[in-house]
Amino acid sequence: MDFPIFHLDFIGNRALIAIIAVLHAVINHALAVGLMPVVAMLEIKGFRLLKTNPELAEKWDALAYRILFVAFLITTTIGAMTGVGIWFSASLVNPASIASLIRVFFGAWFVEWLVFVTEVVLILFYFLTWKKLKANLLQKFKHVKYGLFLSFFSWITMAIIVSILSFMMDTGNWNNDRTFLYGFLNPVYLPQLFFRTPLAMTMGGMIAMFLTLIYTRKDLEFRKVALRSISKWVLIWGPLAAAGAMLYYYMIPKSLVGNLPVAMGTLEFQNWYSQIVVIVIVAIGLVIGMANWSYFRPQTAPAWLAGVSILLVVGLMGHFERLREFIRKPYVIGEYMYSNGLRVEDYPLLQRDGVLKHANFVASKEVTDDNMLEAGRDVFILTCSRCHTTNGAVNPMTGKFTDMFGTKPWETAQLKGYIKNMHSARYFMPPFPGNDRELDALCAYIKELQTNPQPVSGAQDGLGFNKPKPSQPVAAVR
Amino acid sequence: MFLNILLQTQTIVQKDIPLPLPVPEWVLVVVLVSMFLVHILFINFMVGGSILTLVYQLLGLRKPDYDKLAYEVAQTITVNKSMAVVMGIAPLLAINTVYTTYFYTANALTGLMWILIIPLVTIAFLLLYAHKFLWHKLDNNKFLHISILATAVAIFLFVPLIFLTNVNLMMFPDKWSVVEGFLSALVLPNVFPRYLHFLNACMAASGLLLVWYFGRKDFDFEEKFPMLSRYNVRKNLYTVTFYGSVVQFLVGPIVLVTLPSQGLGWNVLLVIFTGASIAIVAMVWLWKEITGPAAQFGRHFTKIALTMGVVVLFMGSGRQLYRSNVIDPHRKLVAKKTAEYEKLVKEAQAEALKPKTTETAAATHPGEAIFQMNCVACHQVNDKLVGPSMVEAAGIYKGNLDGLMGWIRQPGKKREGPAMPAQAHLGDDKIKQVAEWVLTLNK
Ligand code: HEC
Ligand code: HEC
Repeated sequence: MDFPIFHLDFIGNRALIAIIAVLHAVINHALAVGLMPVVAMLEIKGFRLLKTNPELAEKWDALAYRILFVAFLITTTIGAMTGVGIWFSASLVNPASIASLIRVFFGAWFVEWLVFVTEVVLILFYFLTWKKLKANLLQKFKHVKYGLFLSFFSWITMAIIVSILSFMMDTGNWNNDRTFLYGFLNPVYLPQLFFRTPLAMTMGGMIAMFLTLIYTRKDLEFRKVALRSISKWVLIWGPLAAAGAMLYYYMIPKSLVGNLPVAMGTLEFQNWYSQIVVIVIVAIGLVIGMANWSYFRPQTAPAWLAGVSILLVVGLMGHFERLREFIRKPYVIGEYMYSNGLRVEDYPLLQRDGVLKHANFVASKEVTDDNMLEAGRDVFILTCSRCHTTNGAVNPMTGKFTDMFGTKPWETAQLKGYIKNMHSARYFMPPFPGNDRELDALCAYIKELQTNPQPVSGAQDGLGFNKPKPSQPVAAVR
Repeated sequence: MFLNILLQTQTIVQKDIPLPLPVPEWVLVVVLVSMFLVHILFINFMVGGSILTLVYQLLGLRKPDYDKLAYEVAQTITVNKSMAVVMGIAPLLAINTVYTTYFYTANALTGLMWILIIPLVTIAFLLLYAHKFLWHKLDNNKFLHISILATAVAIFLFVPLIFLTNVNLMMFPDKWSVVEGFLSALVLPNVFPRYLHFLNACMAASGLLLVWYFGRKDFDFEEKFPMLSRYNVRKNLYTVTFYGSVVQFLVGPIVLVTLPSQGLGWNVLLVIFTGASIAIVAMVWLWKEITGPAAQFGRHFTKIALTMGVVVLFMGSGRQLYRSNVIDPHRKLVAKKTAEYEKLVKEAQAEALKPKTTETAAATHPGEAIFQMNCVACHQVNDKLVGPSMVEAAGIYKGNLDGLMGWIRQPGKKREGPAMPAQAHLGDDKIKQVAEWVLTLNK
């Protein structure tokens, strides 16, 4: 509210974060946490044969290197940049929540950064010295150790992040245990870690399997040996991932007692929650089936099926991330701050004085008879735009009200009645924070949207397009 | 004095995040300044390195050994770019924490470009990998190969403008209300001088890095590049550093002059001029290296690198001093406003807790209150809203309290339009009360 509000009126703000964050999580889990230990394992296989069977040893080594090459290319470009991108997008979309989290989790993030620096240095070292440290057993041994360190640090990075994630899911603790240690101690932490670790290992194994199927097309003898050990890896971790997923699945409601009716009361949540079992069975089932196929019939195992099962596991992961996001609503920080960036404790003041009065980047600080539409637009931006677009692709205001009230002109009383109580009808939405005059203005604006749908622009409003029609740009104060 | 000016003009004053800083502010500032310098050093290496690779590759069109030289330089970029990214995270964290309102505001006001940094840099990195790993495959298609690099360089030349625009905009709250997006923030007077300053630094830093890189004892220059002389290549790189630095003596003052004078205090000038005088010493050594006898080449290198490091430290500190000179008065206002606002919040909370006298005549039936709390978003007593009117419902469930309670607990799907969400969370008592009230509507 104090910040000028960045807003994407077509894809919506949450979609921006979601795309970047899911991409990052998948790359991090699959290619860093999961694949590095597999590469290290393959390298060790070669290392062990170095004396007895140098020719086969070289094959293992070459395969490990080629797999690492792919991981290196992706993690140091898309992986690294989407990691930064999560920061950028989250602080654009919900600056107040990120800023509050940083003040509590500064220590965790700082340690995370140190671990991350180590991880990056190690992957550079591991990859760039592969061909140099090969001359003799001693050198190779050193190199094998880098791989093991790297695997360890990749996992630690994830273990720290999970604490912050679990903290945000666990309701109420912000008001009591505002320390980052509680991130590790809270009840969702271990289940999350037990879920994410084997899931990452499974994904890493599947990617190694996929790449091996491609890289060993010309050497079917070696393919057999290589696929066997990779399938073993998947067969060990796959069931653990399924178990972890189920544990997490049962722990979610348990740890969310405070928020439970909120989440459980919604059809959306119930649908997602019940889909999980099916998705887990299908995705992990296919993975295990594929691993069995590669183990027993390596010659006929198809690469595309490995590809499909990777996509399914990615889907599974995405589903859990969505669920996690959903459970948090209407809060960004459990019982402390709503997703609209306003604190729970701000509400009495704002409902008395209005949100405009205490906001900065608005066209006017008070609703008058002359500025209903303009003020209504600002109220929309301040109170709804974090989750809704006016008329865009994701969660559009006009679409939502049409679903409810049909296409005939909406009436102010209808809109007002709904918005005043929307938090009790739809638990994922925070209560309307403004005063009655502002609600009138918002309703006037929404009615205007029905007859004259105009995209609303955010503070970034640059590059000459997407200017708001009602003369003044949102971000301009007189 | 500046405070008064601020109060007179229509400068936006925000509220800060009302939570204490996690560590003392000076710690954050030290992290910010020191880690930022490390970050920018790697950025310099990365940007300057890519430019030099491009130059060498173009020279390589005539003299193939230069192409090989370009290949060597390209190897360094892989490491430098990764380090640049990770080392950027610490200062990002620190600036987010100390200058929360300023940084986020600038980000939002230039939001589209700010978020475009992510895909742009990702693309540049991928292009650099394509360029590096397809080097020998594209030997016969030099035009394509060089264009790949040129595109990456173009991106690298553009992205710093976005960063500079942001860190510049964050210092000037008086500009926030007039700026409309990236382009208008870009043309604030001092962005381009700072950009030039940055580009020169890139050339100077990467020149020096490569003088070292090609000078290493175990680097078998003569064998790798039989047609080139190690001495000449290194001397030319020194020259790049020399020009990059000398031009700073011209660009630096322009930067100072175009910076709004609000932040220029004696402390800033003192630090900057001290840095500049130390730089002169480095210039002299550089000059000696370039013009001196080949036999003694390289003996000043360590001194040059160290003094340049010190210069950078001074310039970075001067920059931080300027920033705090400009922002600190405004931060005082922000702190004041935050405190006032928190007081208002507390008052309003206390007020809201007081029992309201006006509402005593409210709901008579306890079920009606529950209805008002939980159902009115979708139901009215007499008219259809999202769901049917309660009068209609009362008719349907006449004499069937259990049926009604069952519906509220676990609704079905009867009519067109949206479904009703389950209300089981209310608990059986409340569900019973609201259902009883609904049935009283039967007349
Ligand atoms: C925390 C994010 C959030 C905020 C803030 C928010 N909403 Fe929603 N809203 C949602 C979600 C999520 C949905 C459900 C979308 C779906 O069903 O796909 C929704 C649905 C709706 C619906 C349709 C409800 C139904 O019963 O089908 C309306 C109408 C609506 N919102 C209006 C508003 C208005 C008006 C505001 C601002 C005062 C607002 N919302 C603020 C998240 C939010
Ligand atoms: C999010 C909107 C929403 C909320 C909140 C809501 N309802 Fe409904 N209600 C509906 C809709 C939509 C229908 C029509 C469903 C259908 O017929 O498929 C409905 C139907 C009903 C019916 C008619 C059942 C029938 O058999 O025809 C009753 C009774 C009812 N609601 C009671 C309540 C009560 C009591 C509450 C509050 C505790 C409540 N509703 C809260 C949307 C809502």
